[in-house]
Amino acid sequence: MPVEIRLPSILRVHADGKSTVEGNGSTVGEILEDMVNAYPGMDGQIVTADGSLHKFVNVYLNDDDIRYLSNLDTSVSDGDTISILPAVAGG
Amino acid sequence: MVMLVMTSDVYAQIVAYCLERLPEEACGMLAGPAVEQGTAHYGNEACTFYPARNAAGSARLYTVDPLDYLRADRDVEIRGLVILGVVHSHTHTEPYPSPVDIDQAPDPKWHYVIVGLGRPLPSMRTYSIRAGQVIEEELLIGGLGHRQAQLII
Repeated sequence: MPVEIRLPSILRVHADGKSTVEGNGSTVGEILEDMVNAYPGMDGQIVTADGSLHKFVNVYLNDDDIRYLSNLDTSVSDGDTISILPAVAGG
Repeated sequence: MVMLVMTSDVYAQIVAYCLERLPEEACGMLAGPAVEQGTAHYGNEACTFYPARNAAGSARLYTVDPLDYLRADRDVEIRGLVILGVVHSHTHTEPYPSPVDIDQAPDPKWHYVIVGLGRPLPSMRTYSIRAGQVIEEELLIGGLGHRQAQLII
């Protein structure tokens, strides 16, 4: 079941300039892994080597931050959209 | 020299929002039409400002509320625009990127707009931040140089 993944501009360079791509899987983590397999340039930019979400990345499943759901284990349903956004902060 | 062009409406909205949010730092996202650069899409013409909540709730730090960013991101997709930078205010200091701004700049192709509120009149500057290097960009507002535009507004 392909799920749409929306990419921020900084990651589009690794996806042939596309603003959205698709990934397969039953959880957010599986779908992101599938996406990285298709676009290896994103490796390490969303999920760290120890398998957790990168500190400076926010991932939304529809309107919900996955950190407030089940993180990368969050289940995904048909028609859902995953959005990846960089954390934007400073001083 | 890289240039950021901003409509006078966007300029006025940004300054008003930064003043409204005092004593906290204000923040938000800038959007405009895309200019293709290889396989990425960026832009240099800011036609829309998306004010965001400062999730840090601080006078010295800001964090763009992720949900506000998500909503802006969806809106730009519908309108055929792109996010081209971020805006924030410095409530007490000059509008120059702080060490935290430089360290946490997420996108090397973005414009980083800072509004300084430490003087009687707000002052806006824009920068590129790439690999820790800060370069000031030229800012044009409604076709006028920003210093001239500030006097008019």
